[in-house]
Amino acid sequence: MPSRDPASPAKGRGAGRPRRLRAAVAFATLVPTWIVVLVVYVGTMLWSVQLSVTNSRMLPSSTYVGFEQYRKLFATTRWLISLQNLVIFGVLFIAGCIVVGTLLAIALDRKIRFENAFRTVFLYPYAMSFIVTGLVWQWLMNPELGIQTTMRSLGWTSFTFDWIVNRDLAIYAVVLAGLWQASGLVMVLMLAGLRGVDGEIWRAARVDGIPTWRIYASIVLPQLGPALATAVTLLAMGVVKTYDLVVALTNGGPGSSSEVPAKFIMDNLFGRQNLGLATAASTIMLITVLAILAPYAYAQSMRARRARGGV
Amino acid sequence: MAAMPHPRGPKPEGVTAGRAGLYAFLAVSAAFFLLPAYVMVVTSLKTMDEIRLGRIFALPAHFDLSAWVTAWSGACTGLTCNGIGAGFWNSVKITVLSVAISVIVGAINGYALSFWRPAGAKLVFGLLMLGAFLPFQIFIYPLVRGFAAIGIADSLAGVVLVHVLFGLPLVTLLFRNYYAAIPVELFKAARVDGAGFWRIFLEVILPMSTPMIVVASIFQTTGIWNDFLFGLIFAGRDNLPMTVQLNNIVNTTTGERFYNVNMAATLLAALVPLVIYFVSGRWFVRGIAAGAVKG
Repeated sequence: MPSRDPASPAKGRGAGRPRRLRAAVAFATLVPTWIVVLVVYVGTMLWSVQLSVTNSRMLPSSTYVGFEQYRKLFATTRWLISLQNLVIFGVLFIAGCIVVGTLLAIALDRKIRFENAFRTVFLYPYAMSFIVTGLVWQWLMNPELGIQTTMRSLGWTSFTFDWIVNRDLAIYAVVLAGLWQASGLVMVLMLAGLRGVDGEIWRAARVDGIPTWRIYASIVLPQLGPALATAVTLLAMGVVKTYDLVVALTNGGPGSSSEVPAKFIMDNLFGRQNLGLATAASTIMLITVLAILAPYAYAQSMRARRARGGV
Repeated sequence: MAAMPHPRGPKPEGVTAGRAGLYAFLAVSAAFFLLPAYVMVVTSLKTMDEIRLGRIFALPAHFDLSAWVTAWSGACTGLTCNGIGAGFWNSVKITVLSVAISVIVGAINGYALSFWRPAGAKLVFGLLMLGAFLPFQIFIYPLVRGFAAIGIADSLAGVVLVHVLFGLPLVTLLFRNYYAAIPVELFKAARVDGAGFWRIFLEVILPMSTPMIVVASIFQTTGIWNDFLFGLIFAGRDNLPMTVQLNNIVNTTTGERFYNVNMAATLLAALVPLVIYFVSGRWFVRGIAAGAVKG
């Protein structure tokens, strides 16, 4: 979390004693935010967690059943598949976006022509919704009309690109579409990081005759830790929330082969009237996110400490 | 940024293998990123007879705009065939209201948090930031019940409120960080002159806030326009945003799939964020960067 350096010149803003009365106005303006935080965030979260230890089906029930819903949850194949998919999707999507985005950023950093045009092309998918992304790729990967048919009609008759209808490969279709949508984001973040690298380093390394790729690998990229951490965190948050993309691209199918937790929860909440199970699943998601957040918060506080330590 | 077409240093020595490879990589990547947009556009201009031939990369034999007309006003979701036009206006209503409210509230919040820092400011800000990260699924069911209890279930008010509630952390963060960079002397001078909370905000701080208002508005507009989940749950049948209607039209299970209409509808749904992206350019990127860099 960002926090003001206590030694910064900002210290003491509006903090004087005679100003108490006016500060009351400032406090009053934050009351709605307090209500949002306490009621909408904390309150609803506690309610969800509480529902997860009841036998609620369509309507909330107050019958306490302990961890029964969690036991049931982890005995549900669909949930286990969704967790497995979350891991597959998460790892490949994040790694893929980082690799593609970083390569694009390095390429754009090489003082090329038409840099603006390329950057625009690489980032535009990020402006589009996951629904649009999912639908476009559903169409491209449609085995009867899309890329597969085109390649076959060109004479490559054995060409197969049927991920979207293949139980074992459907989740990789989601990865591909996600990669297309979000790589540009990583490119932007990494490019900003690359532009922030001290030019002196480049000059010194060039004078020493170090090959360009080595300068990147050994000197420049290791400095991009913060940009990388930001990118990974953003992508990871997206992974946990992934819902629209799967709905639009495969709707969890074929069967339940590309199911993801967010969709599992929504289906059980509204389609299958299985409140207890759904809230148990969302509690698991909550814990997962908190587990991801912890290292990020740690990295942030380390960065803050380093900044305070002086450059 | 790219403002230096002639970098300093020795003149590059012609076309090397490395440079050629670099451009080849960029060209292949550009093709990958452009491919879906190209296919969408050409498909939307084809007739269904032409589409059935299965050559998705071929240019249309003759330009046919009828799919666009159908997508706007005649495409079917289940039994109703009103096109995606109604969804477009629903999305406009939802987005305009949500963005306006969340930016105003975010600016006031950011101002109170960074200049006044009333008791508990740090705590409420920390909790707000935490809330921004948590998965929506944990809040959804209680919110649906709560909205029903206060009578705004399945309504425009409901979906706008939920966008404001969950947009608040990031917009507040953007303004708080922006105000942290404004010289505190300005604020102190106004205090010495006897100006109060609101006067300082309206006469000193707000006039300086234009850049962040633009960035936050762009950030929020694209996010809310592209939303699917909240629209699906909170908007109700009469206010479904475009993304939800689009998915209903394209993923409808009955009848023949009209790919040209679907592609036209998809392009229509992507139009607003794409226009924002192309028009605002650097501001859009700044919005992403500002939203990404927490603190």
